[in-house]
Amino acid sequence: MADGWIDACAADDIDEEDVIRFDHTGRTFAIYRTEGDRYFATDGLCTHEKVHLADGFVMGTIIECPKHNGRFDVRTGEAKGAPVCVNLATYPVKVEAGRVLLQIG
Amino acid sequence: MGVDVHPRNYSLTGPLNARAVEVGLANAEWYRTSIPRKQMKELMQRSDGRATRDTLVWLGLLVLFGGLGVTFWGSWLCVPFFLAYGVLYGSSGDSRWHECGHGTAFKTQWKNEAVYQIACFMMVRNPAVWRWSHARHHTDTIIVGRDPEIIAPRPPQLWKIALAFFGLLDVPQALGAMLRYAAGRLNDAERDYIPAGEQHKVFSVARIWVAIYAATLLACVLLHSILPLMLIGLPRFYGAWHHIMTGLTQHIGLAEDVLDHRLNCRTVYINPLSRFVYWNMNYHVEHHMFPMVPYHALPRLHAAMKDDCPPPYPSFWAAYKEIVPTLLRQLRDPEYFVHRELPPTARRMPASSSPQAAAAE
Repeated sequence: MADGWIDACAADDIDEEDVIRFDHTGRTFAIYRTEGDRYFATDGLCTHEKVHLADGFVMGTIIECPKHNGRFDVRTGEAKGAPVCVNLATYPVKVEAGRVLLQIG
Repeated sequence: MGVDVHPRNYSLTGPLNARAVEVGLANAEWYRTSIPRKQMKELMQRSDGRATRDTLVWLGLLVLFGGLGVTFWGSWLCVPFFLAYGVLYGSSGDSRWHECGHGTAFKTQWKNEAVYQIACFMMVRNPAVWRWSHARHHTDTIIVGRDPEIIAPRPPQLWKIALAFFGLLDVPQALGAMLRYAAGRLNDAERDYIPAGEQHKVFSVARIWVAIYAATLLACVLLHSILPLMLIGLPRFYGAWHHIMTGLTQHIGLAEDVLDHRLNCRTVYINPLSRFVYWNMNYHVEHHMFPMVPYHALPRLHAAMKDDCPPPYPSFWAAYKEIVPTLLRQLRDPEYFVHRELPPTARRMPASSSPQAAAAE
């Protein structure tokens, strides 16, 4: 860990338009790779009910919760409508030397 | 000597709600069949093509049969056309409400929302109330005190089920609820599952619907005919039977308070026409376990997971051969239910993670 950046995974561990789960110090995160090899990170659990978003479905920059189909914009964490009403927390992400780094803060 | 029958308390505001939370049955982790991520992503893929085609066929048939019903109004010839129109309105409306509520029918979200609003109106289901009700049904499927969509509480009230085939109980209740929402009121159970910030949506839609029904009634008065109601409103009664016939197969008579959809849902093989009306919800174990898979991919999902599930019922007849005797037995023995046997190829839910064990203690 340098300057608060945490090595989460290899960039290739995530398929394009997909998401993986990353657990760290008792917390769980979701790391996304969207079209054009852009990476984003949010809290790992849906704000509606405690379901892992990593089991969900990525469409463009939207993640759909696997339980109730609630949708969030992975870039901003914005909840896109019922049944999700509370935004997700997002975290800075960068890719260096083929590794995905997360700044959890 | 009579038999003592003790009904369970299914109320969302009753003591079994807190009990379910206490023993870990509420908002719990459910069993899921292991399917490779790559395959799951393919199954979850959305498209507009199939749902657009199906929706154009659906709306086109409504116009066709409704038009022919109007044309032959006054003679017996109108009867078959209204029978078909009624099923497309009062039963297909149910499956379109359901799938578009999940947002999985179309890739484009406004299309899901548009069909959802139309279907909600047809079914007299307030879009906001039922979105939250159904979310809870998926969180806590057939968990007593938590699931607002348990349609046959034990012991079953058979007369209510019989009346549902023609909407004779639920539709008047729904219309009453619509008037209550239009007046700006929710009951305690609705306040339990609809977040405060969402409640205003309930009231605004209800007021629009009241205006539509008022206009329809006014048209009846002006035309001295019930024909306008035969097209708007009444098909929810005379066309409801198909969605009740299919809907009753979903969970009735199966286990309550389990965290495994293989044990509390049925998958039933049915004819292609009913699958069109029902939008493939006969694959109900599959839908509940993976609700993000669109209706048109459910047969493929079924093929991928059937070795991990109890055998599907081969027909409506096979399902009802189980359901009817179960309901009759539950009249005198509310504890009775159908144990679904998992095949030898199936994985078991780890006993250590089962809150049912805790509930039983």
